[in-house]
Amino acid sequence: MADVAYSSGAGTVEAAAGGDVADYVALMKPRVMSLVVFTALVGLVAAPGSMHPVLAIASLICIAAGAGASGALNMWYDADIDARMARTAARPVPRGRVTPEEARSFGAVLALGSVLCLGLMANWLAAALLALTIAFYVVVYTMWLKRTTPQNIVIGGAAGAVPPMIGWAAATGSISLAPFILFLIIFIWTPPHFWALALLRTKDYARAGVPMLPVVAGPDATRLQILIYSLILAPLGMAPAIIGLGGTLYMGAAAVLGSLFVVMALECYRVREGEAADRAAKNLFAYSVLYLFLLFAVLLVEQGFGIDGSTLPSLWAV
Amino acid sequence: MQDAEKERQRRQRMRSVAIAWVLAALVVLFFIVTIVRLGGNVANRPL
Repeated sequence: MADVAYSSGAGTVEAAAGGDVADYVALMKPRVMSLVVFTALVGLVAAPGSMHPVLAIASLICIAAGAGASGALNMWYDADIDARMARTAARPVPRGRVTPEEARSFGAVLALGSVLCLGLMANWLAAALLALTIAFYVVVYTMWLKRTTPQNIVIGGAAGAVPPMIGWAAATGSISLAPFILFLIIFIWTPPHFWALALLRTKDYARAGVPMLPVVAGPDATRLQILIYSLILAPLGMAPAIIGLGGTLYMGAAAVLGSLFVVMALECYRVREGEAADRAAKNLFAYSVLYLFLLFAVLLVEQGFGIDGSTLPSLWAV
Repeated sequence: MQDAEKERQRRQRMRSVAIAWVLAALVVLFFIVTIVRLGGNVANRPL
């Protein structure tokens, strides 16, 4: 651990003392990590065949470590942006608790370790997917897209959408249409999720020089894009039931949850002024998290516990 | 200044303890995974 301070003022003392264990946990973005682990678990459980529970848990630990690596490397590279945004100013690097170099080393070791361990414990297809995901998130999203285009989170969202495929690959050693559909759901879910947040933090992003859609195209264009993506997401959410991955319970849940998503996106599109507009964006952001969680939770319950055996007629065998 | 040095040492110790726990957990995990991957026949080797 370096004792060299990299910043001035209060941060100097903090950096000289080095980070606490909690700071290193924060570097791994535990909340993002929990969603990654959850969606990977669904991919793992939904996959055909069975995986030994110990290997399944070990695989999930590796995937969690991989997600943590992405978070740490992101915080290393984005420290300058994070310091200028209220939402991220308290992160360990801008606060001076961990130096950027420490964050980078921590992330690099985690990345290498997680990929190697997943390869050894599950299989090398899953490991390759994990490596690609980390590289995509750090290089393509963080280093390139985030600072250059308002489509940053559209394309960069692919990284956050891969975990169900990694879970599926860990269990089966292969990839098929079903995990790709799960990937697509998260991929299409990501833009309205982040843009709802960006609507609330437009000034923050503008100050930090991040070309988020509301900053570049304005809030109205963002609201329209949110609505368009929601209209694609709602039917797409039902796709797992159509291909036989989900059953009738899933179909019903996806229909209700998707409809609610569209209703909230419509509200966000319609109400554009004052506190009510902020509230609509806030509600949509909160609901988007709940939507993805519930959608995957229903799939997990169906697949993991066999709650709903009566699947709809399948168009494709999964 | 002495307080700062104490705090630095405390954090250093906490980090070292955390690394030790993680390494120990990895040893246990690798051992269990090895046994699982080898399967039950590992116990049936001729002596």
